[in-house]
Amino acid sequence: MADLHFLANPARFRRFSQRVLPGLTLATVLSFAVGLYLALLQSPPDYQQGETVRIMFVHVPSAWLSMAGYALLAVLGASLLVWRHPLAALMARATAPVGACFALVCLLTGSLWGRPMWGTYWVWDARLTSMLLLFFLYLGHIALSRAYDDPDRGDRAAAILALVGVINLPIIKFSVDWWNTLHQPASITRLDAPAIHPAILMPLLWMAGSFLLLFIVLVLVRTETEIDRRRLEIADQSA
Amino acid sequence: MSGFLALLSRDLRLVWRRPGDVAVVLAFFIVATVLFPLGIGPAANILARIAAGVLWCTALFASMLSLDRLFAADYEDGSLDLLLLAPWPLELAALAKCAAHWIVTGLPLAVLAPLLGVTFGLPPGALVALAATLLVGTPTLSLIGGLAAALTLGARRGGALLALLALPLCVPTLIFGASAIETLMTGEDLLAHIAILAALALVALATTPWAMAAALRQAGE
Repeated sequence: MADLHFLANPARFRRFSQRVLPGLTLATVLSFAVGLYLALLQSPPDYQQGETVRIMFVHVPSAWLSMAGYALLAVLGASLLVWRHPLAALMARATAPVGACFALVCLLTGSLWGRPMWGTYWVWDARLTSMLLLFFLYLGHIALSRAYDDPDRGDRAAAILALVGVINLPIIKFSVDWWNTLHQPASITRLDAPAIHPAILMPLLWMAGSFLLLFIVLVLVRTETEIDRRRLEIADQSA
Repeated sequence: MSGFLALLSRDLRLVWRRPGDVAVVLAFFIVATVLFPLGIGPAANILARIAAGVLWCTALFASMLSLDRLFAADYEDGSLDLLLLAPWPLELAALAKCAAHWIVTGLPLAVLAPLLGVTFGLPPGALVALAATLLVGTPTLSLIGGLAAALTLGARRGGALLALLALPLCVPTLIFGASAIETLMTGEDLLAHIAILAALALVALATTPWAMAAALRQAGE
């Protein structure tokens, strides 16, 4: 935790992120180059799904990161409310749209994947529905944090919302599972494939790593932007 | 506790002197529900099938509609500052406001819903189940909505934002409330659904007052 407290100072954070960003960006680009080669060219097509299985290499990492992003929002919200870290507010502001984008990418690629596989763009499957609700929770967070003239109020209201949301997510997930099994048992949607073959699992993990790097780079860049924006606002007010 | 009762009776008296505010919400509930048969068509089997879901959704909307004034009036005239300074917990004050909201909207909605259910051709057993689920489920809506109202206090576009925040969090209650009516057709245990609704209400009761109080404190700063 001592390291995190060290980064709580926006100026120090800025120096830190400017030092690591070039390297991280380069690593992200290289990692994606390798990952895309592995995912699109190297890995074999699925024996049932054919080439469409390659959508998974974008779809699954997006899903993982959109969930991890909401957990990060909750952690940032807690550290804003408990320790009043000035950086936590800025980083939460930077994280929410990135997480929402990953959730949207997950929904869109899933829908494109569903068309050839299930014959429909959308089914009210439990997983699809809970991902959609996660996307709505992100939208609520983004809208609330930007709804006040005083940005500090928006940050703190959004932090409370993120904590309430993270408590509610398991309940929502559970209720949606229940709702779906009640309405359409034995559904055609079987996302949980039987054990994944290593030839596909390896590129998937590689892509997940690349997406994680991309997520970190985006959050760092956007946090820097938020710091600059806040500085400009303060300069405007004092001028 | 005396503060809780004092605030509750004050809010109820305020509503009693201006009953129009509640009447509008109930009228919205009736009109919105009646639109569904008009939009979908008078086929009795379809209406009976969708009745529980429609009534639950419109009850949810009606209860959101009245929430954006829950704390706003106190915020504007300064009563909220007095509540913040009061020697008893703000959590209790927030709970009292939500209790008052439930008594003037949740309770009448639960009474009205079976009457509207009759026009959808619901059998008597389903009408009782509908009233029971609304009775147990609407406190959760008042609490979650109260939290959204506290979070959006003084925000731009407060009303629409409130709905955006509260509706995803109300999904579990909606699912169990509406599906409870179907248990009568599938032969499942209705009491299990009501028990889950009660559990959701208790979770909301145990968690939302703290979050509401935190939101109200930062609104008062």
